[in-house]
Amino acid sequence: MAVTTTADGPEIVAKPRWRPLEREGALALLLLLPTLTLLGLFIAYPFVRGILLSVQNAKVGVPGDYVGFENFARLLTDPIFWAVVKNTFAYTIVTTIFKLALGLWLAILLNRDFKFKAFTRAFILLPFIVPTVLACFAWKWMFDPTFSVLNWMMYKVGLITSPVQWLGDGSLAMVSIIIVNIWRGVPFFAISLMAGLQTISPDLHEAAAIDGAKPLQRFWYITWPLLLPVTMVVVLFSVIQTFADFQIVYVLTGGGPENATHLFATYAYQLGIGTGLLSQGAAVSLAMFPLLFGIVIFQLIYIRRVETR
Amino acid sequence: MIEGSIWRRWVFFRLPVAVFLIFLLFPFYWMIITTFRPDGELYRPWRAANYTPFWTWNPTTAHLKYLFGETTFMMWMWNTTFIAVVSTAISLVCGVLAGYALSRLNFKLAGLLGTVIFVTYLVPQTLLFIPLSEIINNYRIGDTPWALILTYPTFLIPFCTWLMMGYFKAIPKELEECARIDGASRWQAMLYIIIPVAVPGILSAMIFAFTLSWNEFIYALVFLSSPEQKTVPVGVVSELIRGDVFFWGPLMAGALLGSIPVAIAYSFFVEHYVSGLTGSVKG
Repeated sequence: MAVTTTADGPEIVAKPRWRPLEREGALALLLLLPTLTLLGLFIAYPFVRGILLSVQNAKVGVPGDYVGFENFARLLTDPIFWAVVKNTFAYTIVTTIFKLALGLWLAILLNRDFKFKAFTRAFILLPFIVPTVLACFAWKWMFDPTFSVLNWMMYKVGLITSPVQWLGDGSLAMVSIIIVNIWRGVPFFAISLMAGLQTISPDLHEAAAIDGAKPLQRFWYITWPLLLPVTMVVVLFSVIQTFADFQIVYVLTGGGPENATHLFATYAYQLGIGTGLLSQGAAVSLAMFPLLFGIVIFQLIYIRRVETR
Repeated sequence: MIEGSIWRRWVFFRLPVAVFLIFLLFPFYWMIITTFRPDGELYRPWRAANYTPFWTWNPTTAHLKYLFGETTFMMWMWNTTFIAVVSTAISLVCGVLAGYALSRLNFKLAGLLGTVIFVTYLVPQTLLFIPLSEIINNYRIGDTPWALILTYPTFLIPFCTWLMMGYFKAIPKELEECARIDGASRWQAMLYIIIPVAVPGILSAMIFAFTLSWNEFIYALVFLSSPEQKTVPVGVVSELIRGDVFFWGPLMAGALLGSIPVAIAYSFFVEHYVSGLTGSVKG
């Protein structure tokens, strides 16, 4: 490092030492090296491998030959695949609407001072932090055809006279996995949106209230627009996770009954790992990519716009 | 915001909060009660007159005994802990260094690499598990803890990096400059000045990464096959279900015990966890 003193002192030039880490570019690359290595080996490389697999006809233990877009062409004529597309979109759209509505409601409820606030806030996050698979077993047990506690409660209240087959009927099974997904996602929405709510100055609400705005108007004209950036990020993040969801369906229905609840991930698993048709499974997984890619691009543009504002 | 009469407070606040709490917490209550309920009560038809679903008069530890005696549950717990701790440590080191580089150093590729890491943060595990399983086998680390220790960082590092960038950005540049004027090298300034200031951020990243790797399922399901190598979520799925027969008592006991470590870790660091969660969302 060369130090040059001006003014009255004598000019001292320190002997330049070779310190490569003082150069920001070199240090930065060194610091990023472990990260880039791991991400390259286990994200970028598998991605390329996945694309290669999807244009071959590999099976477990059998290296495949190039078959072009045969796997994708087969998917287009596969009725199960179209059921998967329909299921995944329905699952993602319905759960996201409910998670946002309920999460926002819960966030607003908790965004005030009351006696057990810290306690409540800590406990509502449990569904989100506990291993999903393990929690899903509790739900599966609650949905059990013969021993369902939910049926017992509904029977006692007089809502039903015979047991509801929660996971045995196609559309009801869809409702069941949607309920469980909402259960897991609401805490995440509520806590994130609550953090967003806390950045909104109460002065705005007071001012609006003085001007005569009703609570609903205050929500619509103050809370909602100011919360929108946080909401967008939370929703997009959740859409990606839900669209690519695996665990809930794997535990509760395994994709059944009669493929009524198969999602991309569970169908890819069934083909690729269950039946050993690696290439076809990889093709189903990759079919998720266009939509995921679209969301990511949208999110990048949106974040940039918010940041530069 | 809801002031005024008692009934308004009940209708608009207490009742909805209570309903939310019951909805969100009931499955955990159900897990606990099933763990201690004897089989005779567990499989009693729900129309039976003496059916008491919400409590039991004859609590039993039979399911816990089965879990510890007949399965390799303790090994699953150990595997999960080992994998979670090591992959969290790797991810923290990588994430802190990368976060520092991307937020506090000026170099040409900073913007591009930041975007690349953000994008990998959004890659779901279910997109890549099939080619990854092939690669894991080629590297000959299939059915070993290393299959997970090396792949979990792919979703933990981007998260840690992203979170740490936020923390590092908030630290004033002057702090580092002072150290540099006093003769510290860049490396020293980072190690002794900036990283200690960012400890709350590191704790958030740590607790979050630990719970994420404890809960991971699909990689563990695909990459591990022998019972003694499994993690808790996979072990419970594959060893406590035989064909169509579910061992509900031990299953719930396993689910309960498998959830407790994350619940404890979380309860010690609730605030850090919440700030990690919201920090990662706000970016």
